[in-house]
This record gives sequence, C-alpha cells and structure tokens, in this order.
Amino acid sequence: MPVLWLFLIVLALAAIGFIAGRMRVTSAGGKRPHSLPNYYGWNVAMKVMVPAYLALVVWLLAQPFLVNSQVVGMLGDRAVPEGSTIGLVMSDVRRVADGLDATVAQGLMTSEEANSIRTEFTDVRDRLGEAGVALGSNVSSEVLSAAQTYRTLNATGNFWMSTVVILLAVGGLAWGITQSHGSFRARNSVETGVRIILLSAAMLAILTTIGIVLSLVGNTWHFFQIYPASKFFGSFTWSPSFGGGSELGIWPLLWGTLYISIIALIVAVPIGLFAAVYLSEYAGPRMRAWAKPLLEVLAGIPTIVYGLFALLTVGPLLLSVFGRDGLGWMQAGTAVMTAGLVMGIMLIPFVSSLSDDIINSVPQSLRDGSYGLGATQSETIKQVILPAALPGIVGAVLLAASRAIGETMIVVFGAGAAARLSLNPFDAMTTVTAKIVSQLTGDADFASPEALVAFALGMTLFIITLGLNVFALYIVRKYREQYE
Amino acid sequence: MYDAPLRKTDVEANEIKISAKDVQVFYGDNHAIKDVSVELQDKTVTAFIGPSGCGKSTFLRCLNRMNDTIDVCRVEGLIALDGEDIYDKRVDPVQLRAKVGMVFQKPNPFPKSIYDNVAYGPRIHGLAKNKAELDDIVEKALRRGAIWNEVKDRLHAPGTGLSGGQQQRLCIARAVATEPEVLLMDEPCSALDPIATAQVEELIDELRTNYSVVIVTHSMQQAARVSQKTAFFHLGNLVEYGETSQIFTNPVDSRTESYITGRIG
Repeated sequence: MPVLWLFLIVLALAAIGFIAGRMRVTSAGGKRPHSLPNYYGWNVAMKVMVPAYLALVVWLLAQPFLVNSQVVGMLGDRAVPEGSTIGLVMSDVRRVADGLDATVAQGLMTSEEANSIRTEFTDVRDRLGEAGVALGSNVSSEVLSAAQTYRTLNATGNFWMSTVVILLAVGGLAWGITQSHGSFRARNSVETGVRIILLSAAMLAILTTIGIVLSLVGNTWHFFQIYPASKFFGSFTWSPSFGGGSELGIWPLLWGTLYISIIALIVAVPIGLFAAVYLSEYAGPRMRAWAKPLLEVLAGIPTIVYGLFALLTVGPLLLSVFGRDGLGWMQAGTAVMTAGLVMGIMLIPFVSSLSDDIINSVPQSLRDGSYGLGATQSETIKQVILPAALPGIVGAVLLAASRAIGETMIVVFGAGAAARLSLNPFDAMTTVTAKIVSQLTGDADFASPEALVAFALGMTLFIITLGLNVFALYIVRKYREQYE
Repeated sequence: MYDAPLRKTDVEANEIKISAKDVQVFYGDNHAIKDVSVELQDKTVTAFIGPSGCGKSTFLRCLNRMNDTIDVCRVEGLIALDGEDIYDKRVDPVQLRAKVGMVFQKPNPFPKSIYDNVAYGPRIHGLAKNKAELDDIVEKALRRGAIWNEVKDRLHAPGTGLSGGQQQRLCIARAVATEPEVLLMDEPCSALDPIATAQVEELIDELRTNYSVVIVTHSMQQAARVSQKTAFFHLGNLVEYGETSQIFTNPVDSRTESYITGRIG
C-alpha cells in the first residue's frame, strides 16, 4: 500500500476519532464534563495520529537499512566483480528491482513471473527494456536473484508496515473513545500531548545537528587515517592532485578565509554600526519607518547575487583603479579585496539590524540622565549608550564574523580559486568553503584523501565558527545585566 | 497633615529665578498644560503636587527643555531663567541643561564607575583643568550628595552596584557636579525605601543653600517636609501656588483642599 494512502487512512481515522470523541461526551448528558468537547475530540485524534505516524516514520527510515543488509549478506563477496565495490553492485540490484516493479506495473509481466524468471531462460535486459527501463549491461544471475529477494523483502516490509500502522491507529481510536467520558481530564491529556509534540520537534532539530557533526567527525577521522594530520596542519602548500602525491596544507585556505573576513568586517562594522546609531538615535519615526526595512532588504539578497555583483561590477571597478592601467597592483578582477568588499556589504544589514535592536534596548532613563546633565546627542551616544550596548554589539560583530567565515558564493565569484599565502589584498586567494565545494564537485572518489579532505576542512571551519559563536554568547551573557 | 519644615527661612527675601507666563504644552493634539504662570524663587525648595497625569512632571521637564527630545511635544508661552527666555532660538538647550540640572524618578546611574558617573558632567563641560581638579570636584559633589563616606573607598566600583538609595544620591551628586543653578527633581524618592527617602530629603534641604530646587512629588508629607513653596496642579492647570504652610493649612481653592484631605487624586 503506498505511503500516501496509509497517511490518508490514518488522517481519516483521526477525523472520525475527533468527531466520535466529541459526540460521545456531548451526547452523554448528566454532569458537566471536565473539559470542553473539542478537547475530547483532540485527545482521540492525537491518540490515533501520534503513535501511528511515529511508527510510520521509524519504519520508513529503518526498512531500507534492514533490507539492504539482508541482500548484501545474501550476495556475498563472490558477486562483486574485480574493480567494483559492493555499493555499485547494490545499485545494480536496486535498479533491476525497480525495473521489475515498473514492468509489473505496466502489465508486461505478472508478479509471479517477476519473482520466478531466471537469467538462464529469459533475457531480462530485453524484457525490462520493453517497459522503458534501460540497463547498462546484461543482468547476472546473482544480481537478478538478489533483486528478486529485494523486491520480496520490501513487499513483506510494506505489508507489515501498513498492518502495524493501521492497527496502531485503530487501537488508538478505540483507546481514545473509551476514555471519552465526562470525568476524564481530556484537557490535561491534550496538554501533555502538545508538550510531547513540541518536545519531539526540538529533539529532532538537536538530533539532526548531532547527526551532522557525527558524520563530519567520522569522515574527518577517515581522512586522518590516510593523510597525516601533521601535514594537514603543518604544510603551507595546497596542491591537490587526484593522481596522488597531493599536498593538502590548510594554512593557505585558512589565511584566505581570515583575510577576506577581516576586510569584510572592516567594511561592515563601522558602516553597520553608524547606520544603527543613526537609525536608533537620530532618525525620525518617518525616516526610520522606510530606511530600516530598506536596509534589511540587503539581508534578503541571495549571496549568489552578491557573487555576481562582485564578478561583474566590483571586480572590474577595482581593476580599473588598481589594475595594470592604474596602480598596477592587481592582476585580475578576482581578488581578496573584491570578495572582502562585497562580503562587507552583505554583512552591513546584519551588524546594523542587530546593533539597532541592542541600542534601542538601552533604557531611555540613561539617555535622559545624560541629556539632563547637558550632554549633546553624540556625547551621550559615545559615552553612555555605546558603552552600555558594547557587549551586545561585540556579539553582533562576532555573529557577523562567523557568517563571513562560512560564506562561499561571494568567494567563488569574487576571490578566485588560487590557494596562496600572500599579504597583497589584490591577489587572488581562496577560502576553506570554496575549496570544500571544488573538492567535492565533479567525479569525486570518496575514498581518496583529495575528496575526504573536504570533511576535515568542514570540521575545522565548524570548530572555528562554533568557537566564535560560543565566545559571542559568553560576551553577551556576561555583560548583559550591567544596565538592567 | 502639615509637618513643620526642617528649618524655617525667610523665603520672601529671595529673588525670582525662573518665571513662567501663560505656558501651554501640547502632546500632539492633547493639551497637557494650560495657561500656567508661576514664579520660582532662588534658594528655595518648590514642590509641585497634584494627582497623576495632572501635568506637573511635564511642566518640570519644560523648565530645562527636556521635552525637546519628544517629537510630538510643543511648548508655547514664555519661560525665563534669570529674565532670559529659554525657548529663544539663540539659547542652546545643551547649555541650558547644564545650568538647570535634573534628577529622575528612577535612579539611573550610567554603567560606569562611581567616579566616572560624577565626573561625566564636569568632563563634558570642561570644568576641570587637570586630574587633581577633577578629583576635587568629584569629592565635593559626592560630599554634597551625602554619599562620600559610603563610597570613598570604592570610587572605581561600578555605580550600578550600589543600593537604590545610594544610586539616587549618586545621581544627585552627579547633577550637582556640573554646578547647576537650578535642580529639578522628578519624584526622586518614589523608588526608595523610607530610610533612603529621609536621607534624600535631608540632602534636598541642604542643597537649598546653594540652589533653587524644584521637586515633583506624590507624597504630601514630603512636600510639606522639604518645601517652602508649593504649587498644586490639577488637570493641566496650576490651581494654587503659595507658601507651603499656607497651602497645607489654609488653602484658598476648594480643589486644593479636596486633594490635600484626600478627596480627589
């Protein structure tokens, strides 16, 4: 049974349960029930949906793993040809199984036939071709029988999944309806249910994060097994070559990342901060009403558009001033400066919007106190408001910094792809993120250090930005209470 | 109801410091102050009393143009300090506020050290030529704020770490440090406990020897204790203004009497 149908059936059962639970309480008469009728309805609906959908999700996640491991176990080593891997064979198996499904669905083959055909008697490639499934080579007997097992296992799995989910839903329905009588505290039960739903949403987010980190850690570990960490952190050269013998030192990339980020922050922090001061202290309500949203539009521009801006506008502009026709410091439009400037523009709304909120949260009484002593507006801002808002502003800057470090598209377009250690801001350089992209795009062999290095780079980046974020939070927390 | 003031003085001898004539204040369309004319004397404590929302704080904020920071607020009429119109175009409100200091309802020390809080005004206005002079000004202000003995050993601790009463006295010291001629106090004791209130009241009485003090208060006992002159505001009008003893014992207007005896407000 398709998953969509299963989903709809459970939904229908929940709707029935909602109405039934409601009606049972409202029609009972007698003493006034503990909760409003809707709560009884929701109680039943929740008891139908939550366990059933939970089982559905878990089953859908677990079944492919179990089926795969069964089939792999059945295939054994002898089915894997020279120069191939079990993963490739398994993708063949899945393809044949899908092909059989399609053939049966089109009525070109009965499902008994699909389970019993043998390569010795049937040209499977031909038969599947009739159904529009093209295979690259003839199907070996091992692969065909594995595909057949794969199909049977999946069919049984799906059957049991449907059975279990529907049984759970019906069970929940029965349980909920028998509970629906006046003295049952449906309101409290719904409250608990809501809490469980919210908790599971939060848990899901946290578990995903943990999953991402674990996959990074696993692959990084794998990388350091085939490439020495001392060379990764000790070498000043980055020259990957997929033929082997590549040097994968992180320093040129880290330097590029930091250099571009620093230029971006030098651009973004003063402009953003001054804009925030203007908007929160000087601008009248009308000015503020249109200037602030307009500034925040900048934050909504996709970074790829900034990348195009860097490539087509800022790069040529800088080149015309600092290039061969001008000062002669710059060889091409792609340079640290180009990417840094554009990234700075991207970060302005970040800094200004966060700082604006922080400056606004400085109590009016402090401003009054300062004005009352005969201070001017700028004296008040410089000596009272900025010191009071400083921790928050530092936090905003650090958040902007971690954004700059993680930025990719602007770098790809603006800074070039050359990994080099140089002090000249008009040289092309590249960053960690841009190199992660270039190491993993194309025909990457995921067992080679040249591809796996991407995970080590990602891990390094993750640790740096995590550190920055933690530091920012620490600063904000430490000084936040000061003026409250 | 009427407590004798802490010290009897000959108020009549003092000259006029601030005179207001036909002052109107509007918040947008709301007419907050109507036709207020009053003459405030030098070296005198004047109390503004009246029910909440009667406009006494608004009027107080007109006296040093603090209402300028509110966009929708508009002031009409004449307010003169030493005979000069403070709403004249040539008057710099920043300079004016240095001459007419203000202490607020809630203690609002800056998130700086105690020393820097007090030195803030003198530094902006360039009252001290060197560190020694500044130290001197700070000490004098803190002594006048009656808080020197409590903080002299921790001048560089943050001002926000003091207790509420100490904070308010610090704010008074901060206002005094700029050598103002008039000190406006907007319910300076409403956030304080009775002991801190008593200390601040005592301080106000001492400040009278040097400054003209205007205090807004909700406590009629406080008005009676610290002030020599009292003005009663009601619904934006100045109902009655006169000697504190006369207002509290023998009010002319029936509204004043009702308020003092607790029937309105």
